[in-house]
Amino acid sequence: MNVARLDQLWVYLSGNPLLSLLMTLLAFTLAVRLNRALGGTPLLHPVMLAIALLIGSLLLLDMDYATYFEGAQFIHFLLGPATVALAIPLYDHRERVRRLLGPLLLACVTGILTAVASTLGLALLLGAKHETLMSLAPRSVTSPIAMGIAEQIGGIPSLAAGLVLLTGAIGCALGPAIFRLLRIQDPAVQGFTMGLAAHGFGTAQAFARLGAVAGAFSGLAMGVTGLLTAFLLPLITHLLGWG
Amino acid sequence: MPLILGMSMLLACQMLGEMLARGLTLPIPGPVIGMVILLAALIVRGKVPESLRVSGEGLLRYLTLLFVPAGVGLMVHGALIGRDVLPILVTLIVSTALTLGVTAWVLSRLQGRLGKGDRS
Repeated sequence: MNVARLDQLWVYLSGNPLLSLLMTLLAFTLAVRLNRALGGTPLLHPVMLAIALLIGSLLLLDMDYATYFEGAQFIHFLLGPATVALAIPLYDHRERVRRLLGPLLLACVTGILTAVASTLGLALLLGAKHETLMSLAPRSVTSPIAMGIAEQIGGIPSLAAGLVLLTGAIGCALGPAIFRLLRIQDPAVQGFTMGLAAHGFGTAQAFARLGAVAGAFSGLAMGVTGLLTAFLLPLITHLLGWG
Repeated sequence: MPLILGMSMLLACQMLGEMLARGLTLPIPGPVIGMVILLAALIVRGKVPESLRVSGEGLLRYLTLLFVPAGVGLMVHGALIGRDVLPILVTLIVSTALTLGVTAWVLSRLQGRLGKGDRS
């Protein structure tokens, strides 16, 4: 009988996109179940849980990130068309968006300035290094835009992407408590705030927990925040003499 | 077939967006421009085709899964994050809380004023 040796089988599997693709889906399913079993606590965001599970498994299997990404890129790729698809809920709620356009833009600029100023101020005060600082600066923007901005102002794009994800998870955890504190119940306001401060994570949470109106406003906030930050941030770092 | 047709529309908008971003060297990522293009097309057409809704809403339902592969990339920066872990965590938590609070407060105040203006 011809049975392949286990280590040969492993060589085949670890070089094949199949394994990391399957691992990603399983880790995500497990993370969602775990989160649900823990009462859906926003403190342990399923995405962060899935990421931790995967990093743990990769370290155990001694597989490097580049090999993992060869398989996982098929999932990563879908971020592009998903971003485009945000136009659909936006179109569905276009009347409400148009009526609120002025306040939305003003809130957006205020939110971005708060995010950038508090991020740079705090990180500088606490003694973060320059490259960390420049990777932190675009943290509230959706990851593809943040990576572009970080590169432009002298940060590390992939670190920026990671910090963006952490911001998203933190935003999802803090959001509900802050809305309760400020007694804000309007799903449009909640959604918009989540999209601005926690980009795609906030948008996903808005869709899942607050409904389609919140999701639409969240997607809008995410898009506009990304656009405006891409223009504003290089200008700000340049003015501060870091550019 | 509707899934394929809808997906083609999304990809076509993304491709147009990428081409515009590259061609004009804009600092904005292609998919975001693609989103604006699709929105304009929907406004011109006046309705969302069923096929587009099926694939678009399917993707949006699983939006969080799509962030996982990029997030695993954090493992590459373990050393750098380890050196700056305190400033990074404190900054992220405090600044995110501030951003959430300020944005929600400003928007609800502005909206309230606007609502009153409508009624008077």
